[in-house]
Amino acid sequence: MGWAIALHGGAGDIPRSLPPELRLPREAGLRHCLDVGIAALKAHKHPLDVVELVVRELENHPHFNAGKGSVLTSSGTIEMEASIMDGKSKRCGAVSGLSTVVNAVSLARLVMEKTPHIYLGFHGAEAFAREQGVETADPSYFITPENIERLKQAQEANRVQIDYTQPIQKEPNDAAAAARIPNGDSQIGTVGCVAVDGEGNLASATSTGGLVNKMAGRIGDSPIIGAGTYANHICAVSATGKGEAMIRGTVARDVAAVMEFKGLSLKEAAAYVIDQVPPGNAGLVAVSSTGEIATVYNTAGMFRASASEDGYSEISIWDSPIKVSN
Amino acid sequence: MGAWAIAVHGGAGVDPNLPKERQEEAKRLLTRCLDIGISALRSNLPAIDVVELVVRELETDPLFNSGRGSALTENGTVEMEASIMDGPKRRCGAVSGLTTVKNPVSLARLVMDKTPHSYLAFAGAEEFARKQGVELVDNQYFITEDNVGMLKLAKEANSILFDYRIPTLGTCGGGAALESPIQMNGLPISVYAPETVGCVVVDKEGRCAAATSTGGLMNKMTGRIGDSPLIGSGTYACDLVAVSCTGEGEAIIRSTLAREVAAVMEYKGLNLHEAVDYVIKYRLDEGKAGLIAVSKNGEVACGFNTTGMFRGCATEDGFMEVGVW
Repeated sequence: MGWAIALHGGAGDIPRSLPPELRLPREAGLRHCLDVGIAALKAHKHPLDVVELVVRELENHPHFNAGKGSVLTSSGTIEMEASIMDGKSKRCGAVSGLSTVVNAVSLARLVMEKTPHIYLGFHGAEAFAREQGVETADPSYFITPENIERLKQAQEANRVQIDYTQPIQKEPNDAAAAARIPNGDSQIGTVGCVAVDGEGNLASATSTGGLVNKMAGRIGDSPIIGAGTYANHICAVSATGKGEAMIRGTVARDVAAVMEFKGLSLKEAAAYVIDQVPPGNAGLVAVSSTGEIATVYNTAGMFRASASEDGYSEISIWDSPIKVSN
Repeated sequence: MGAWAIAVHGGAGVDPNLPKERQEEAKRLLTRCLDIGISALRSNLPAIDVVELVVRELETDPLFNSGRGSALTENGTVEMEASIMDGPKRRCGAVSGLTTVKNPVSLARLVMDKTPHSYLAFAGAEEFARKQGVELVDNQYFITEDNVGMLKLAKEANSILFDYRIPTLGTCGGGAALESPIQMNGLPISVYAPETVGCVVVDKEGRCAAATSTGGLMNKMTGRIGDSPLIGSGTYACDLVAVSCTGEGEAIIRSTLAREVAAVMEYKGLNLHEAVDYVIKYRLDEGKAGLIAVSKNGEVACGFNTTGMFRGCATEDGFMEVGVW
C-alpha cells in the first residue's frame, strides 16, 4: 500500500522521431510536476489537494494543452475546461468555456466547494471566477506561437486536430518544419493527475484547451464526470484523447465499473476499457485504493509520469503496450 | 423482429398535495406524448427519431420544465440544455446554455449529426443554431408567469428549487415557502416547481435511443450545467438499453446514473428491471432521483426514490400506463 500518483500530458500520435526541442521541455515538465506531486504526498497532503496542485503546474507549463499553451478554437480564441473529483465523497466540480482564468482546475474546485452546483460554463463561470477573485489574465497570456501555427495548419488541412501528434507537414523551408513528420493530426495533450494516499483516499483532475480548430462552444470529455475524470472508493482515473470517443465510451467511469462489477484489477480494467475505444483515440492514467498504478493508451504514445511510495517512478512517452503486466 | 417500447417522463419528486387538475393536466400531456411516440413507432420511424419527436412535444408544451415553461436562472432568464443518444454506435449530441432555440433536443440532434463534436454550449451553440437555421425565438417566449412567481418565492426562501418540491405536510396546498421535513438537494423543500423531461424508445429493430431536456434548477446560477446534457449522467443509450434520468442533478452526476443502469446490465448481467431497481436502491447514496429505461428486448421500466414521478410507458403488446405516484 502507500501513496501513488500518476499524471499525463496527453495521448496521441507522438512520433518517435519527435525532435529534442519538442521532447525535452515536455519531459522536464513531467519530471517537475511529478516531483511536486511526490513532495505533496510525502507531506501528507490530501489527494484532492495533490491533484489540484499538480494540474495547476501542468496548466502553467506552456508545452501542454491546458492553461497557458492551450490550443485555439476555429476563431483563434481560448476556451479552457477542467474537472476534479474526490473519490470518497464523490463530490466533484467542473468548468468549461474559460478564457481568462489562469488555473481552470482551481476554479472547478471552487465550484465544487463554494456553490450548490457541480458544473459552471462560459460567461457564468467567468463571472464566478471574478466573484471568487481567482487569478485571471488577458486571453493573450494563454496563446503560444506554436498553437497559432497549429491552428493555421489545421485550417489549411481543414481538420480538427486532437490531443497530440506532430504538426501537418507543409513546405519544409525551415529546420523546424523539416523535423516534423508528415501527415499526423497535431495533438498536444490534455493534462491530468490521479493520486491515492496511504489511507486509500483517491482523487482525479483533468484540464484542457480542447481540440485545435474546435467550434466555439465545443465541450470535450475533460470537464465531464464519467468521461474524462472519475474517482470513487475503488480508483481514480483521468483520460485523454479524442473527447467525443471518451464521452461515448464513458471511459473514466467504466474503469471503476469494470473493476467493481467484473472483478478486474486496475491494470486489467484500464486495458479493457481502452481496448473498447477505436485505436488512436484514447489514453488514461489511473490509481487504485490499494496503490496500484495503470497508464494505458491505444495511441502512438502518451506523455506521462508516475511514482509510488515503494520507490517506483517512471517518466515516459512511448513503450507501454495495451496488455496486462504484473 | 422484436417489439417496440416507449417511456416518457416529466420529472421526479411530486407534491403529495398537488392539485388534482394539475395531476390530470400532466397525465393528459404524458398520454398525448405517448400517443405521438406510438404512432411514430407504428410508422416504423427509428428510435432516434421517435425520442426527438416526443421530447420536442414536451419542450413545446409549457407544463413541464423544458423549452417553454423552463425554470428560471437567478437573473430571471432561461438557459436550456438537452442531450440525445443513439444506442447503435452510441452516437450522441448535447447542448447547454441555450436562450433562443425553440427546441433544444433538436439542436442536440444536429450537433450529433452535423458536427464532428458531441457537445456545444452557450454562445457557440447559439451561433451553430443560427447557421443551421433552426427556429429561434426571443428568450421571453420560454418564460411563463408561473415560473416568474416561483423564482420570486425561491429567492425569498433563499433556496434553490429542485425539480419538484413538496411542501410541508399539513400546510395548505402549494405556495408556502416553509421549512419541510422532506428535503431535496440538501435544501428545504419549498413550493411546486416544474420538471425535466425525457423519452426512451426501443424500436422493432431493437435499436434503443434516449433524450432528455430541461431548463434546469429554479434560481440556478447563470452558467450552471446540470445532468441532463451530460452523457452517462442524465442520458445514455447503447446496444442493450436506453435511459433518461430526472431529479437532483448533482446527485445524478455524482452517480453517473444513466450509465450505471447500462453498466450493471453489461457487466453484472442483470436484466432491465433488476438493473433499474438495483441502481435506484443502492447507487444514489443520499440523492433523490428517478429514471425511465427500455431494453433492446422491448421491455420498459422506471424507478424512483422520490415521492412520485410523472411518467408514462407503453409496449407493442398493448400495455399502456400513465402515472404520478
